[in-house]
Amino acid sequence: MSLEIINLWYVVSAALFIFGLKQLGSPATAVKGNKISSLAMLIAVVVTLFNKNILPWEWIIGAILVGSLVGAITAQKVEMTSMPEMVALFNGSGGIASLMVGWAALYNVGNTTFTDITILLSILIGGMTFSGSILAWGKLSEVINSAAVVFGAQRFVNALILVAIVVCSVMFCLEPAVDSPYLYAVIALALIFGVMAVLPIGGADMPVVISLLNSYSGLAACAAGFAINNNILIVAGSMVGAAGIILTNIMCKAMNRSLGHVLFSGFGAVKEATKVEGEVKPINSEDAFLILEAAQSVTFVPGYGMAVAQAQHVVRELGELLEKNGAEVTYAIHPVAGRMPGHMNVLLAEANVPYDQLVEMDDINPRIDKVDVAVVIGANDVVNPAARNDENSPIYGMPIINVDYAQTVFVLKRSMASGFSGVDNPLFFGDNTRMLFGDAKQSIAAVVAEFKT
Amino acid sequence: MDAVFLALILMLSIFLGFELISKVPATLHTPLMSGANAISGITIVGALISAGSGTDMLATILGAAAVMFATINVVGGYMVTNRMLSMFKKKDVDQSGGKS
Repeated sequence: MSLEIINLWYVVSAALFIFGLKQLGSPATAVKGNKISSLAMLIAVVVTLFNKNILPWEWIIGAILVGSLVGAITAQKVEMTSMPEMVALFNGSGGIASLMVGWAALYNVGNTTFTDITILLSILIGGMTFSGSILAWGKLSEVINSAAVVFGAQRFVNALILVAIVVCSVMFCLEPAVDSPYLYAVIALALIFGVMAVLPIGGADMPVVISLLNSYSGLAACAAGFAINNNILIVAGSMVGAAGIILTNIMCKAMNRSLGHVLFSGFGAVKEATKVEGEVKPINSEDAFLILEAAQSVTFVPGYGMAVAQAQHVVRELGELLEKNGAEVTYAIHPVAGRMPGHMNVLLAEANVPYDQLVEMDDINPRIDKVDVAVVIGANDVVNPAARNDENSPIYGMPIINVDYAQTVFVLKRSMASGFSGVDNPLFFGDNTRMLFGDAKQSIAAVVAEFKT
Repeated sequence: MDAVFLALILMLSIFLGFELISKVPATLHTPLMSGANAISGITIVGALISAGSGTDMLATILGAAAVMFATINVVGGYMVTNRMLSMFKKKDVDQSGGKS
């Protein structure tokens, strides 16, 4: 196949990628969209095999076999709760691949300076995506401490690394060679920079990092596309880059923080929130059942704590019973409810909650006062009215689901850690709030049992 | 000229990407991310080509390793996305989990 025909097929592949992404815009067509996208990938790979200048066959077959096996097993085995870790690892694997593509492209003869620069970009972005993703994976899976690591001279050290990267890159471009010491320096510096970039980010900010690394892995593919003069890499890579940036932006907005703030400052100076005092009103499962039975509309507000307690299946069961009882049941999901964008939706879908019952924060808030019972399960910050009222609260300004405006609020909580005072969530003391203490799964199961008797 | 042409493609794809992806609802953001992840495995095309024209052993090894890593991305990404998307069901379709 001549190069023109191969390039023509790349155009077909690009069109299919775009169409596939468009189909991903609705849950009804998303499965098809994903298949179209994978068909696009298949076409791109197969036509590339007709290029005369490719790797020896035995190497290709071996590499694809091993890669497919690892990818397929991981994809089948992974728990839905561990999706963030898996995405982080896959991002890293994309990053290292781009680094290697760039590196190998140096062996081509007759590279222009422009090509050399794009090769370096591919190595840089790929390298920092790789090391950053591995560190992110470590933090997510708690292999290493997930807290933000901030030290005094951090910005200075980072600036120093950046300067060193620029200097080494310039030196390399002046005298490009596959065994240039500056090349090795750039690779090493890229890896160090990736670690330094993720180090100061921790805890609740991890969803931002995964989105951002996702974006980088696309940009790395994009740079590799420039390095080897290939359109399809640029088209597909920039789509991924755009996707990552959009998700990063959504996550930042949902936490009321700027991207710069997330990236450089660890967790900002914590102000002392105004202490709220009051009396909580505990109820038992029997009372909860009586209130729920009379409710016309019920909204569940899940947080990651629900998934930790593995309560999503019993929650769905309660939801179904309530529906049979004539109530309208919805699940209100805050953008940062899980550990990555859209994570909570996947966890609920896994528990067979139909997707038309999943509603976004902006849809539920205008009509939350018409909700009879809002059931908060394993969520805290995302329903904390202090974000609205208390300027001293560390989460002040963060958009929340206004459950305190609902007629009645049930909060499922293991216990009241600090007794009757000192808790910084005023929701617990609201007049319309009832606390259902105990393990979330057992509490809900008890209510379900009441329904069945 | 070649560089300018590639830059034009880059610019257009970024705008198109923003248009397409900002329409994806929050419900599908995790599958979108893993799906995008699979797409970023397009580096596999680069990996197949990049090492080809040289005869250097190191280039071949780098290329093959890149093919392997990119394949993990592609195969794993698409499969897990498909697995997730298949779990999203509409209400009338889902009758399996109901207890009587």
